[in-house]
Amino acid sequence: MDYVIEMLDIRKEFPGVVANNNVNLQVKQGEIHALLGENGAGKSTLMNVLFGLYQPEKGHIRVKGKEVHISNPNVANDLGIGMVHQHFMLIDTFTVTENIVLGSEPKKNATVDIRQAEKQVKELSEQYGLNVDPRAKIRDISVGMQQRVEILKTLYRGAEILILDEPTAVLTPPEIKELTEIMRSLVREGKSIILITHKLKEIMEVCDRCTVIRKGEGIDTLNVSDTNVTELASLMVGREVSFTSEKTPAEPKDKYLSVVDLHVKDSRGVEMVKGVNLDVHAGEIVGIAGVDGNGQTELIEAITGLRKSDSGSITIHGQNIANQTPRKVTESGISHIPQDRHKFGLVLDFPMRENMVLQTYYQNPFAKSGILNYKSISEKAKSLIEEYDVRTPSIFTHARSLSGGNQQKAIIGREIDRSPDLIVAAQPTRGLDVGAIEFIHNKLIEERGKGRAVLLLSFELDEIMNLSDRIAVMFDGEVVAETSPEDTDEQELGLLMAGSKQQQKEGDA
Amino acid sequence: MFSNRLVNILIPIISVILGLLSGAFIMLIFGYNPIQGYAALWNGAFGDLYFLGETIRQVTPYILSGLAVAFAFRTGLFNIGVEGQVFMGWLASVWVGVSFEAPMIIHLPLAILAAALAGAAWGFVPGLLKAKLGVHEVIVTIMMNYIALYSANAIVRHVITDNADKTEQVAPTASLGSEWLEQLTYFSRLHYGFVVALFGALIMWFLLNKTVRGFELRSVGFNKDASHYAGMNVSRNIILSMVISGAFAGLAGAMEGIGTFGYYSVKSGFTNIGFDGIAVALLGGNAAIGVIFAAFLFGTLKIGALNMPTQAGVPTELVEIVIALIIFFVASSYMIRWLILRFKKEGK
Ligand SMILES: Nc1ncnc2c1ncn2[C@@H]1O[C@H](COP(=O)(O)OP(=O)(O)O)[C@@H](O)[C@H]1O
Ligand SMILES: [Mg+2]
Repeated sequence: MDYVIEMLDIRKEFPGVVANNNVNLQVKQGEIHALLGENGAGKSTLMNVLFGLYQPEKGHIRVKGKEVHISNPNVANDLGIGMVHQHFMLIDTFTVTENIVLGSEPKKNATVDIRQAEKQVKELSEQYGLNVDPRAKIRDISVGMQQRVEILKTLYRGAEILILDEPTAVLTPPEIKELTEIMRSLVREGKSIILITHKLKEIMEVCDRCTVIRKGEGIDTLNVSDTNVTELASLMVGREVSFTSEKTPAEPKDKYLSVVDLHVKDSRGVEMVKGVNLDVHAGEIVGIAGVDGNGQTELIEAITGLRKSDSGSITIHGQNIANQTPRKVTESGISHIPQDRHKFGLVLDFPMRENMVLQTYYQNPFAKSGILNYKSISEKAKSLIEEYDVRTPSIFTHARSLSGGNQQKAIIGREIDRSPDLIVAAQPTRGLDVGAIEFIHNKLIEERGKGRAVLLLSFELDEIMNLSDRIAVMFDGEVVAETSPEDTDEQELGLLMAGSKQQQKEGDA
Repeated sequence: MFSNRLVNILIPIISVILGLLSGAFIMLIFGYNPIQGYAALWNGAFGDLYFLGETIRQVTPYILSGLAVAFAFRTGLFNIGVEGQVFMGWLASVWVGVSFEAPMIIHLPLAILAAALAGAAWGFVPGLLKAKLGVHEVIVTIMMNYIALYSANAIVRHVITDNADKTEQVAPTASLGSEWLEQLTYFSRLHYGFVVALFGALIMWFLLNKTVRGFELRSVGFNKDASHYAGMNVSRNIILSMVISGAFAGLAGAMEGIGTFGYYSVKSGFTNIGFDGIAVALLGGNAAIGVIFAAFLFGTLKIGALNMPTQAGVPTELVEIVIALIIFFVASSYMIRWLILRFKKEGK
C-alpha cells in the first residue's frame, strides 16, 4: 500500500496535558482523509507536528515511504506539505497576489515581478476552479475567498499534501458546498488532503477514509463507505450519541410572543426586517430558518431590546416591549442566548461567578440596598455550574479561559435558570461538538416540556428540523413560509431559503 | 509554586528592585557612591520626624491622584485629565476657604466637598462626550488639562482677587493643617489630609468590589456590548466612572489647596500630581491598597531625593532617572511576568 504520509505512534505533550498519544495516521495518495475528534482532542496539535511547528516527544513520520525529520515549516514545505490554519494568516492591506507570493516572490532585476506573479496566481486559480481575483485586497473579500487564498498559497509553494484545519467552521452553507467542489478537483489533480473537522456529515459526503482521535489517543481509522454517522459519533465521543432528540408532540398553549408587521433597520440604516409577523406559543419551539444576512439577526435583536425597531409591535403576554431597554425586556420574562457569545453573552474578563448573575446581580438575594451579597452569588454560581456541567476549575476562573462549549453551557444555564416565559436562542450550538450539542438540544426540549416558549434561530438545517415544532423561513427580511418538520424536508427548506416562493405546502398543512 | 496573586505582587516589587539597581549602576558610572546616595535618600525621607512628616505630606495627593487614574482604568477608561481635575479641586477648596467664615465642622467638609465636586464636574465633560458621541476620553482630557490650568489662573486673578498672583490664605476653619501634627514633626507641613486619602482608598475598594454600582462599572469597563445585553445603562456608567475618577482627582487638589499650601497661586505649568498618578496607579496594579503603597514609594523618592545633593552630592536629576527606570520596569511588567513564569516552569 502506498502512503504519502505516515505518522506512527506520535506522542506530544504540553505542560500538564498530553495532547497526542499513540496516534497513527496514514494517508493514501489522492484521497481525502478526515481527522475527526471533539474540540481539544488534539487534531490541530497532530497537524502542527506534521507541519513542523511542534516536535513530537515520540514517534516517526514518513513521507512517501521515507523517514523524515520535520524540524520547521520550511522543511514541511520542501516535502510538499501545505497547511491552511484554523485562523488565517493573511495581511489585510495586501492584495491576493501579494499575500500568495510573500516570501517566495518571482524576481526581475531585483524587483518583484508582480505581473508574472499575478499570471501564475490566475493560472493556479483556474486550474482548481478557485475563482479568486488576484488583484483584490484581502480586506475586501469574504472569509470564504480568504480561505481560498490560503489554499492557493500552499499550491503556489508546490504542496502535494494539503492540511485543512476546520475549514468549514467559518463558512456559510453555500460556501461549504463550493469548498467541497474545490477539494474534489484538488484530488482529481493528484493532491492528497487531510481534512480536520468535527462535523460528521461533511465526512460522509467528501472523505474516503477517516481517522478518529479522542482525548489525544488515536482510536481507529475507518473506510467512510463502511461506516455511518452514528458509529463515527460514538467513536469520537466515547459513548452512544443520539442525533434525533426524543420529542413528544408539542402542546402549544397560550400565545406568549407576538410580532406584528415589524420593520427594523441595521446599523447602516438599511431595512433588514420588512414586515415580519410571528407568533410563539407556550410549549412550542419555533425555528427561524434562513441564510445568514436575511434579517434574522436584526429580528432577534429587536425582540430582545438590543436594537430599535422602526414600526410594528412586539408583545409578550399582550404587553408591548418594542423599543424597550434590554433590562425591561429581561424583566418581562424573556431570556436570550445570544448569537455571539463572546461579544454579548459573557464578560470574558469577569470570573464565572460574576458571569452567572450578569442580569440578576442587583436583585434579591444577590444584592440588598445596593450592596452585593457574594455568599449567595457564589452559591448560585456553584449550583448552576454543577447543574449544567460547566467544566471550570473554580467559580473564580475567568470566562475567557473556558472552552467554547463550557462557555455556552454556562450562558444557557444562566438564561434558563431565570425561569423565563420565552427563551430566544440564537445559534445556540455554533462551533460546539456533538456532546455539547446533544446536551443543549435536550435542555431546550426540556424547557419546552415545562411550558416555555422557545424561539430558535439557526443556520443549520439539521438543528431546525430536529428541534422545531414550527418553522418560519426568512428570506430578504420577510417570513416567506411557515411550515413544520413533518411537512417539509431539507431540500425544500433550502429552496425556500434561497428565495423560491414555493409555498404550495402551506395550504394543505 | 507561585500563585497568580503572588505573581501580581511580585511584579511591582521586582520592578522597584530592578529600578533601584539600575539607579545604583548609573550612580557608579557617573562616579558617585550608590550606597551613600541611597543612604542620603533614606535619611531624606525617614531620617527624622521632620522628614517623615514631609514624606507623608507628599504621599497624600499621590494616593488620591493614583486612585483617580486607577478607578478610571478599572472601569475601562484612561483618565489623563487628572492633572486638570486636580487644579479645579485645588481652586474650589481654596475658594470656599477664603470666601466666608463658618464653624470648622461645616466649613472644612464644605471645602473638601467643593473640591470633589469641581473635579467631578471636570471629569463629567469628557465622560459625557465619550458616552454620547464616542469621542475618545484621552483627547478630551488632555485638552481639559489646559483649559483648567488657564481658567484657574484667570479666576484667581480676576474673580477671587483683584489682579493678584495668589489668593489669600484660607480661613483656619477650612484648613486641614494642624499645629499638633506640625509640632510633632518639627514643623513639617504635615496635615490631616492623609486621613482623607486613606478614606478615599477605602471608598474606592468598597465601591468597586462590594456594590451593585461597582459591578456595573467594572462590567461596562470590560465589555460594553455584554453589559448592554445584561440590561445595564452603558452611557450612564461611563459618565459616572469619569465623574468619580474626577472627584478623587479633585480631592488630591484639596490636599494642596487647604492642606499643604493654604492658597492657590497662578501657575505657569502643570504640577505633575496628576501625571504622576498614572505611574502610581500602574505601579499599584490599579488596586486601592496597591495605590497606597505605590504612592508611598513615590513620595519617599520625591522627598528623599531632596537630600541626595546635599548629603551625597548626587544630583536630583539622577533620582528622577531612578523613578523613570522604576516606571519603565513596571511598564515592561510583561517581560518580568514572562521571566517569572519561565522560572516557575523550570522549578517544576
Ligand atoms: N501551545 C499549547 N500549549 C499548551 N497546551 C496546548 C497547546 N496547544 C494545544 N494545547 C492543548 O492540547 C489539547 C489539544 O488541543 P488541540 O490540538 O488544539 O485540539 P483540537 O484542534 O482537536 O481542538 C488541548 O487540551 C489544548 O488545551
Ligand atoms: Mg483545532
